[in-house]
Amino acid sequence: MLTIDDLDVWFGYPPDRVDAVRNAAFSVAKGESFGLVGESGSGKSTILRAVAGLIDSWSGRIEVDGHPVHARRRDRAFYKTVQMVFQDPYASLHPRHSVDAVLSEALSLQGMDDIDRRIAKLLEDVGLGRGFRFRYPHQLSGGQRQRVAIARALAAEPRLLLLDEPTSALDVSVQAEILNLLTDLRAEHGLTYVMVSHDLAVVGHICDRLAVMQHGRIVEVMSVEALRKGAGEQEYTRHLIAASG
Amino acid sequence: MSETSITRPQSRREWLLSDAPQTRRQARLGAIYQGWLTFRANKLAMFGLVILILLVFMAIFAPWLSPQSPFAQNLAGRLQPPSAEHWLGTDALGRDILSRLIHGSRITLFIVGTVALIAPIIGLFIGTVAGFAGGWVDQVLMRITDIFLAFPKLILALAFVAALGPSIGNAVLALALTAWPPYARLARAETLTIRHADYIAAARLQGAGPLRLLIRHIWPLCISSLIVRVALDMAGIILSAAGLGFLGLGAQPPMPEWGAMISDGRVYILDHWWVAAMPGLAIFIVSLAFNLLGDGLRDVLDPKGDKE
Repeated sequence: MLTIDDLDVWFGYPPDRVDAVRNAAFSVAKGESFGLVGESGSGKSTILRAVAGLIDSWSGRIEVDGHPVHARRRDRAFYKTVQMVFQDPYASLHPRHSVDAVLSEALSLQGMDDIDRRIAKLLEDVGLGRGFRFRYPHQLSGGQRQRVAIARALAAEPRLLLLDEPTSALDVSVQAEILNLLTDLRAEHGLTYVMVSHDLAVVGHICDRLAVMQHGRIVEVMSVEALRKGAGEQEYTRHLIAASG
Repeated sequence: MSETSITRPQSRREWLLSDAPQTRRQARLGAIYQGWLTFRANKLAMFGLVILILLVFMAIFAPWLSPQSPFAQNLAGRLQPPSAEHWLGTDALGRDILSRLIHGSRITLFIVGTVALIAPIIGLFIGTVAGFAGGWVDQVLMRITDIFLAFPKLILALAFVAALGPSIGNAVLALALTAWPPYARLARAETLTIRHADYIAAARLQGAGPLRLLIRHIWPLCISSLIVRVALDMAGIILSAAGLGFLGLGAQPPMPEWGAMISDGRVYILDHWWVAAMPGLAIFIVSLAFNLLGDGLRDVLDPKGDKE
């Protein structure tokens, strides 16, 4: 579903150029859930943003569904295949757009018909009642906002969902709800996930495999079973697992 | 417990303040009502609003409200002090000052309304395009803005009027053309803070093009702060228009423009103070009202003032 090879991402120009990601390579199979873990600043979110096309200063190869993506331009088909859920639900919803406006814009941009019915279906999918349809973000809690953001990402009926720490801005009890929702949605829609997190427990809950990153490099790709056993091949991985207790 | 609370129909207020609106219309009206409640809590802003509503009424019904024609001269009764017959006195040609003030409110509203419509729209457009596009577009547009900002506003307006010829229409045009740069700066600054926001990125991921992002996502967030700024600048615009009128480059005699009226009264200011003071007072009251209104609007509209 997603193949990344020899990916370098940088910011700025020499002499101030910062290399955020160096020589990253991994691939995610259809229907798989893949985690990217590491400390803050290790470049995990940067990879996600480069895949989504939000950063254009990268080199290497990114293939989605067997098609290499263009560095700057993405076509309609790309946006119908790949969607993203952002970290902070307080920043990812337009403060002046109601839930209805957000979802109907997403649907109409994706060329969907029968928008009224689809909005009701999307809200139901993410566990929000019809009563939420005409609310504004400031009338919603953090968890509810993240559900709206997930509904917006699902509007395109994508097959690959990029999750950028979707629960780190939420309360612990709400985190569990959102994680369960994501698990259910994946089973229901046959989605492929790539999830960034610094929380190994979250990754262990959602993902099948994961890549451990440090200083912009992928240190190790391992299975979740190995993570649970604490059996990292690399010194850094074992250190990370031990630190997260 | 009590069935009545379930079956009781919602009052209109509850309907508006509902946490879970049922329709798009209800949600929108609810948001407006919420804003109105915030605005109403500000007594001074309400005071400003009342004055401005009165001004609009005065302008609409000027012919019926004014005791005399604003142009009727009576040289025998010139420079009369305020009296029962002429509440605000008469000017050098014996014209009733009250009638002239009432008719002048039309001109004032015309100037303010037109400038307030043109300048922010030019500013919004240039500012958001510059901020959103970045790169050389930003450079070019902002340097043009700098050039306009580098001139004193009134002097630049004077130059425009001198080039176009003195008339009220040209004065408005000149004011609008000199008033937009601050709005462009403001809109650009707002755009810079929101263009990298996650919700813009999310819309981009839905396939939204730059034009759509600009109009549907960025403008709604810039407009509120622009409206506040316009309301606060309105007083300045009235004064600039009065200034042009005073210099004889705005409204031409015998139009009862307030600035021109002050200019007429200048000669007699020591012996017949009311000729200049009355229009001055009118300008002062209207300017103050706009400032108060702007303050109230800031509470309602400025996103940075939001409590949540």
